[in-house]
Amino acid sequence: MEDFELSEEQKMIRASIRDFAEGEIAPVAEELDEHEQFSVELTKKMGDIGLFGIFVNPEYGGSGLDYLSYIIAVEEVARIDGSQAATVAAGNSLGIGPLYYFGNQKQKEKWLPELCRGEKLASFGLTEPEAGSDASATKTTAKLENQQWIINGSKIFITNSSSPISSVCMVLAKTGKRTDGKDELSSILVPNGTPGFETKTMKKKLMWRSSDTGELYFDDCQVPEENLLGKRGEGFHQMMETLDNGRLAIAAMGLGGSQGAYELAMKYSKERHQFGVPISTFQVNAFKLADMATEIETARALLYKACRMKNAGLPFSKIAAMSKLYCSEVMGRVVDHAVQLHGGYGLMKEYAVERFYRDQKLLTIGEGTSEIQRLVISRHIGCHS
Amino acid sequence: MNIYVCIKQVPDTEAVLNIKEGKFINEENIKWIISPYDEIVLEFALQLKEKNSDFKVTLITVGPPRAESTIRSGLAMGAENAIHIEASDYLDHKTIAKALAQALKNEGDFGVIFTGKQAIDDDASLTHIYLAQSLEIPVVTNVIGFQMEAEKVIVEREIDQGAREKIEMSIPCVIAATKGINDVNEPRYATLMGIMKAKKIPIKKISIQDLGIEGATPTVTTEKLEAPPEKPSGRIIEGEVTESIKELVRLLKDEAKVL
Repeated sequence: MEDFELSEEQKMIRASIRDFAEGEIAPVAEELDEHEQFSVELTKKMGDIGLFGIFVNPEYGGSGLDYLSYIIAVEEVARIDGSQAATVAAGNSLGIGPLYYFGNQKQKEKWLPELCRGEKLASFGLTEPEAGSDASATKTTAKLENQQWIINGSKIFITNSSSPISSVCMVLAKTGKRTDGKDELSSILVPNGTPGFETKTMKKKLMWRSSDTGELYFDDCQVPEENLLGKRGEGFHQMMETLDNGRLAIAAMGLGGSQGAYELAMKYSKERHQFGVPISTFQVNAFKLADMATEIETARALLYKACRMKNAGLPFSKIAAMSKLYCSEVMGRVVDHAVQLHGGYGLMKEYAVERFYRDQKLLTIGEGTSEIQRLVISRHIGCHS
Repeated sequence: MNIYVCIKQVPDTEAVLNIKEGKFINEENIKWIISPYDEIVLEFALQLKEKNSDFKVTLITVGPPRAESTIRSGLAMGAENAIHIEASDYLDHKTIAKALAQALKNEGDFGVIFTGKQAIDDDASLTHIYLAQSLEIPVVTNVIGFQMEAEKVIVEREIDQGAREKIEMSIPCVIAATKGINDVNEPRYATLMGIMKAKKIPIKKISIQDLGIEGATPTVTTEKLEAPPEKPSGRIIEGEVTESIKELVRLLKDEAKVL
């Protein structure tokens, strides 16, 4: 991996998170995956090293780093384990992010410090059983009565929402009608444990088995009016901005996962002998590995460019969608090759490549499917105008 | 108290080393790390600091400009200050020790000086002895236990067959520690916050020429560097068990000369 264009700090972040992921995550990843177990202990350790609140100002307990540093950190966790990378990526982009960018001083001071320490997790309640790619079809409602929001509805596939340390969910809800007749959407902070707010952990997942995924139910759940995030009616805009940022993190998971699967495949191909030679020396395999390495470098260049554009305050919505689309699909091709190179052993749980193969599939679906990314990109390049 | 931790930048333990011009290591594509014994003793020094708020931990190293990355890593772990004595040429241990000693004298007020018991590149285990000699202070090697009292330290060092020797020393002194000192076996990870803080700490750079130790005649020079001979592959002795065992014993006696 050629890191010549990174700053010394970014190189140090990569080295430190790599050591941490290899030393603390790798030894437990397989077992947590096998038992579908979310680890509070490991999440705290990830908090101790600074994996939560990476881009948050130190005044709220963050590390005050730029977006590329954050993305490198996610990449390094994903190189070892998709589930923990999911906890980190969702924790930062979907939990901490909206609170940090849209919350008021009081909300930030209340929630951010323990989120940045990895002691608590916040979640972003967007997807509903009938509102996936079409987020405007949100059915959950929030009515303001006597300075209380009364929330009714349900959410599904919400990362970090139902763990023992989940502290608050930002719930996207209809709060009225706009003048143009469309639904007015707003985000409301609902602390876990509020009466009328129930969470159910979703089990039997194909992938990200040791990350927490919840189904949420709101039944006349009441929270104070001040729990509104940002301004009333800004929910849709907040969601779009949050997803732009989130796409970079999902892309980082694709990139890191690709790197991890590629390294496993390379190692195995050099150790595995058939017909008296390492299988990496057969051209058919060597070319697979060459393709993997090339696509990974391309993915990295694209994603890092997107991060630099964000750091520079430039519009990055198009390139974020491109990065998410490309990095997640590269990982699809890389894990396919990587399992193929492992032969029969690649189908067995004793070999970590099997986990990478499963964990990849979420990336072309979550936080905007590949199809939605293509829609976003095609709009940006003017196909529909 | 001012605690100094001497660190050395060495090639990663997994680095593949190639020899250049018969007596140098080819530095291309080498990943550099802090020597693991130094890293453990740095961890230990940081733990001491956490228990004693008036302790200050300063890193000191002699090395080429690339050594700065190792200093930054040490600062990211939590050291407060760093001194980098810049020297590009290969130096022998005595010269390095003299440079360290002079820089420490210039700093003035030093208490305990920690080093790893050896650096993992040349495994010479010499610098800390020369350093103590130059400063005319006591030194103990292979330190596995360390306690501090008012004006002294009590250390335990590993000696043969797992025995330990207990030694009382005055301060200042040089402590060359081994892995497991006071049960410290793992260095901490540099946190992202630590990395950011380290970025802002100025490293005191001193050119070795400015220390006035020129003229120090090297006591050791490298004449030649060569890779160890490749290990011959294993041999399987075929045949009847009673016969092959006889042959094995013969080979162990006559060829391997281990019996």
